[in-house]
Amino acid sequence: MKILVTAKRVTDPDAKIRLKPDGSGIETAGLEYKLNPFCENALEAAISLVEAHGGEAVAVTLGDDAAVQNLRTALAMGAARGIQVKVTDAELDSDLTARILARVFEAEKPDLFLLGKQAVDGDSNQVGQLVAEVLGLPQACFASKIQVTDGKVLVTREVDGGLETLELTLPAVITADLRLNQPRLPKLPDILKAKRKEVKTLTPADLGVEATRKVETVSYEAPPQRAGGVRVKTVQELVEKLKNEAKVL
Amino acid sequence: MADVLVVAEVAQGRLRKTTLSAITFARQLASRIGGGFSVLVLGKGVSGPAQEAAAFGAKAVHVVDAPALEHYIASTWAAVVAEAATRVGADFVAATSSTFARDLLPRVAARMNAGMVSEVTAIVGDAPPLRFKRPMWAGNVIATVEVKTPKAVFSVRGAEFDAAAAAGGASPVQALAIPVTADPKVRYAGFAATISERPDLTEASVIVSGGRGLRDKQGFEGVLNPLADALHAAIGATRAVVDAGIAPNDLQIGQTGKVVAPNLYIGVALSGAIQHLAGMKNSKVIVAINKDPEAPIFSVADYGLVADAFKAVPELVEEIRKVRGA
Ligand SMILES: Cc1cc2nc3c(=O)[nH]c(=O)nc-3n(C[C@H](O)[C@H](O)[C@H](O)COP(=O)(O)OP(=O)(O)OC[C@H]3O[C@@H](n4cnc5c(N)ncnc54)[C@H](O)[C@@H]3O)c2cc1C
Ligand SMILES: Nc1ncnc2c1ncn2[C@@H]1O[C@H](COP(=O)(O)O)[C@@H](O)[C@H]1O
Repeated sequence: MKILVTAKRVTDPDAKIRLKPDGSGIETAGLEYKLNPFCENALEAAISLVEAHGGEAVAVTLGDDAAVQNLRTALAMGAARGIQVKVTDAELDSDLTARILARVFEAEKPDLFLLGKQAVDGDSNQVGQLVAEVLGLPQACFASKIQVTDGKVLVTREVDGGLETLELTLPAVITADLRLNQPRLPKLPDILKAKRKEVKTLTPADLGVEATRKVETVSYEAPPQRAGGVRVKTVQELVEKLKNEAKVL
Repeated sequence: MADVLVVAEVAQGRLRKTTLSAITFARQLASRIGGGFSVLVLGKGVSGPAQEAAAFGAKAVHVVDAPALEHYIASTWAAVVAEAATRVGADFVAATSSTFARDLLPRVAARMNAGMVSEVTAIVGDAPPLRFKRPMWAGNVIATVEVKTPKAVFSVRGAEFDAAAAAGGASPVQALAIPVTADPKVRYAGFAATISERPDLTEASVIVSGGRGLRDKQGFEGVLNPLADALHAAIGATRAVVDAGIAPNDLQIGQTGKVVAPNLYIGVALSGAIQHLAGMKNSKVIVAINKDPEAPIFSVADYGLVADAFKAVPELVEEIRKVRGA
């Protein structure tokens, strides 16, 4: 089976993010970038499905040339080839991202499109669902288990109140949650091999997509900071404070 | 004139209380655009929740009740919601952020050719252009965004919009005759519910939350259950605990789980990683119990206790019983 899978570049999920003094964006000096953790889960699922059923996984990123580094990580994990659609993050919103990815889907005609449930920089949680609607495909978001059987895919989803299972007819769109799997760490030979794998670079115009946005970011600010609290020495002191000072008991 | 349509969420035949946050958002938005708001209730056999939704001053409660809506399916439901918005003249659609809303609303936005803002925490300004605040980077940055399309879709942070109070009187409840076509490419194949007698995390006024320091299921439940019982609290967990299979996914608080803001949050044996803080740092009062004085959770805690949870929490339960009993 053929699987299209995303490889988005994001700021290191564990880095402390700070704003530039003028509030025009985040301070990027010294910041590391990684594959979006949810894309790692999607990639792991894609690659293990290909290992089990044959076919190929094709990785796609929308980003500037630096994002090709992260695309190479996806190739080192086991994707057969990569597609970069050259745009900057500032040019994108969720809608444009989805319209571009939908065109890539139409060009590649995969059986399955695997994405992450959320990008940990923008935290929007929209793109997979948008792509599914643009393409008129069934979706199963927040997947924690995926099983493919002839022409269908059975997906367990993490939802409020428990775990839901859906059966989708292929082609379908699935977004990965963190408990889907444990993403593999590429080994050195795979990293070297990935350098020679094909990466095709396209522009939104090549795909016939008009690069307009529906939502624009106007400004950024720091969240209100909590004033540091007090340390209590004993459980008795804690209860006394909760009762008489915070009045929550 | 533009109106706002709130998509209600129904669970176990009742209106989910979280819906009331989206109603508060809709009231605010409607008053700024000089329009009104109505509520949409979808499902099979939903006259009960539709009646519940009528108490909050909406112009109308619109109901689409159909056998094909017995189970929530994103593609099927999105078509109905978008059509309903057109029929009732709503340019704006909103729901309180939950796995239901996160799954559904982007598809609705695509069908309406509308921009969507996720996890709205505030409406900015009184006149067009309307702008909205939303967190990014696990809440380390707050962005102000502007929707460029005439129509817009919003998922709303329940923790930032208080539940609407009943408005007195009842809105008219009206059936909307929208034909429902179930997506033939999706089959609902079952639901394994997390059974709990405790309050829902997103609705609880007190939450006790545990981390990896509680070691295993026995430690987690042994330490937290008596505390939750004493405080009538909901139980939450970190991702580490959920990944280890100690607590169900439904309990995860954080950037990629639930966002909560109870009156009292007690974090036990959890470090306070940025991804966890993203889900609880707006709680009114935060208590941290951790044996490591350097744990980051102490930087957001109003009251910090450096102690071994296995010893301190049973003592805490005792003390709470004493003051509650008095
Ligand atoms: C993409 C991504 C998304 C994530 N999303 C989330 C999310 O939504 N929610 C979330 O919670 N995490 C999330 N995480 C994980 C997060 O980074 C942390 O790994 C996690 O929150 C740590 O959980 P913890 O505090 O239970 O464990 P640890 O960090 O291991 O902390 C355990 C703490 O327990 C203390 N302790 C140990 N024994 C005792 C004792 N006997 N008494 C008292 N204290 C004790 C230790 O001092 C330590 O501080 C995410 C990570 C990534 C990469
Ligand atoms: N620039 C991008 N390149 C590739 N995939 C992306 C990009 N942006 C978003 N995605 C995919 O869409 C998912 C959801 O992103 P978001 O809706 O932005 O939170 C991510 O986990 C990725 O799988």
